[in-house]
Amino acid sequence: MKKPSFHPCGNFRETYAEELAIFDTWFGRVSLIVFLLLLFCLAPLMLDRYLLYILNSIGIMAIAAIGLNILIGYTGQISLGHGAFFGVGAYAGAILATRLNLPFFVCIPAAGLITAMVGMIFGIPSGRLKGLYLTIATLAGQFIIEYVLIQWESLTKGTMGITLPEPQVLGVNISGDKAFFFLIFACLVCMTWFAVNIMRSKYGRAFVAIRDNDRAAEGMGIPIFRYKLLSFAISSFYAGFAGSLWAYYMVSITTEPFNLALSVEFIAMVIIGGMGNIPGAIFGATFITVLNELLRFATGALMNVGWIAGLGLNMAPLREFVFGLAIVLFILLEPKGLAELWRIVRSSFRLWPFSY
Amino acid sequence: MEFFLQLLVNGVCIGLLYGISAMGFVMIFKASSVLNFAHGELLALGAFFFLSLVTWGKIPVAAAFLLTLIGCFVLGVLIEKFFLRPLIGEKLIFVIMLTVGLAAMFKGLILLVWGGNLHTYPEFLPASLEFHLGSIYIAPVYSATLVISVVFLVLFGLFFKKSSQGIFMRSVADNQKAALSLGVHVRRVFALSWAIAAMVACMSGIVLGIINGVNVHDLSAIGLKVFPVVILGGLDSIGGAIIGGIIIGLLETFTGGYLSPSLRDVVPYIVLVFILMVKPYGLFGLVEIERV
Repeated sequence: MKKPSFHPCGNFRETYAEELAIFDTWFGRVSLIVFLLLLFCLAPLMLDRYLLYILNSIGIMAIAAIGLNILIGYTGQISLGHGAFFGVGAYAGAILATRLNLPFFVCIPAAGLITAMVGMIFGIPSGRLKGLYLTIATLAGQFIIEYVLIQWESLTKGTMGITLPEPQVLGVNISGDKAFFFLIFACLVCMTWFAVNIMRSKYGRAFVAIRDNDRAAEGMGIPIFRYKLLSFAISSFYAGFAGSLWAYYMVSITTEPFNLALSVEFIAMVIIGGMGNIPGAIFGATFITVLNELLRFATGALMNVGWIAGLGLNMAPLREFVFGLAIVLFILLEPKGLAELWRIVRSSFRLWPFSY
Repeated sequence: MEFFLQLLVNGVCIGLLYGISAMGFVMIFKASSVLNFAHGELLALGAFFFLSLVTWGKIPVAAAFLLTLIGCFVLGVLIEKFFLRPLIGEKLIFVIMLTVGLAAMFKGLILLVWGGNLHTYPEFLPASLEFHLGSIYIAPVYSATLVISVVFLVLFGLFFKKSSQGIFMRSVADNQKAALSLGVHVRRVFALSWAIAAMVACMSGIVLGIINGVNVHDLSAIGLKVFPVVILGGLDSIGGAIIGGIIIGLLETFTGGYLSPSLRDVVPYIVLVFILMVKPYGLFGLVEIERV
């Protein structure tokens, strides 16, 4: 039983169990519970539909970003195909729901498993390749999956798209942003819990060993190929899970959004949030989604400003520019991302009168 | 048979284009081991800069070409100085994502200034470069491309083999620390290699612009097409880039001609995966040996 303390002012861990504990203090656990309670109780009441929509998108993107963080941040395998895996999940969920009429709570994990399988296939090159060669192989995977999604018309209906039925949980139809809010955030909490715990298990430690030095890890008896494949599988499971949730939430899907730009956005979430940090992925997803919405708003507002409209400039590309700038600035100025900023803020509270 | 020959010629022509687009990419990789995802945007920047000089500035073609080269030289130095120098020795993913971020920035800028429409250059290549071999027709741009790529291949070959700067570049690519300790000015080498690569990129951008017209989306797509080309040829071999380009070009035109036009754009990537599995360092690349 931990002593109720606000923050320890040093490292007082004495056992491995304490080292592995998720919450250092009683205070951290309570504040998280309070935060979640407030989120679940107040958010649906206080926010209007648009803000709820943004919150839901954040939740879905965060699930996928956590998956990518397991692959990039913990295992050190850079994948440029996460957007395509997200698409595979969306299509798997949609096809299972429409063709086989499977219920919602079977569809979503099944879509995740199918995507995990696809992810393992595209992870096979990691047995031979690493670093930038693996990155290029996953880039090829992105294009190949995109092509299959568009061209396999008998299954995916090509560019026509698929419309999904309303999901049912325990006999209740889920529709509208509010109902989806509970569904998505319940999933997010479960997936975060799973990710945090797998990272402190034997598997998580093996992933980190592979990231830090794969030859040395192999020398220490870790079957690296098997673990790399496992990492690919877990990360694409997350992508597929998030993708199928997204498909249900959007009601109808087409192949368009699952392009390289989406993969890049996922990596940006991981980097901006903080690599090798599970809450970081959530921060990153929040940052990128909010940034996207703000930029959409700003470019729309700029278009209506008199003198800019007079110049005849199209302001829409400004979004792309600012997005790129955000990535570049984070890499140059705070490569550990928002999670590190958060840590600095917290520790400055803890160390308050004496900052060194 | 005629169809086959025309496809063959087209394939080689397109392949040469891929080859010269890939040369700048290989230059950067060779000197600084940076995988440049902003390559397509560099091509586009060069092409658009030249376009504005020629059509808006009404500057004679030769002068505009020279100005563009100088502009790209400066741009290359600036990119290296402000964006990539802080990342020397950083993790691979940061370097890759930095170039991805740069690509988004450049693309946004180009779209902001020039818009997303297709622009064309005024006609300026001499018609004497046109060829008719029996029924097969080779457009003047393609013969110009052939000449340009051969000239550049020879120039770069000589540059890397004979000139001191070229030898410095190779030494830095091989082992940064050893090069530093032997008195090579590594920072200058990086700056120079980015400058030269940006020049090469802008020149290939102009050539591509002459053939297909100038459009950001097309040019940045070619920046991604470069990956199969350079992997096939070997990431650090300039001659390999040309040969890889020709093979990929042939593969594309033959798939497009005989199998299905929609498969055409994916086939390079499918081949890419197989090459990576079988021979990751490509046909002419240097095999890296790694020790713990």
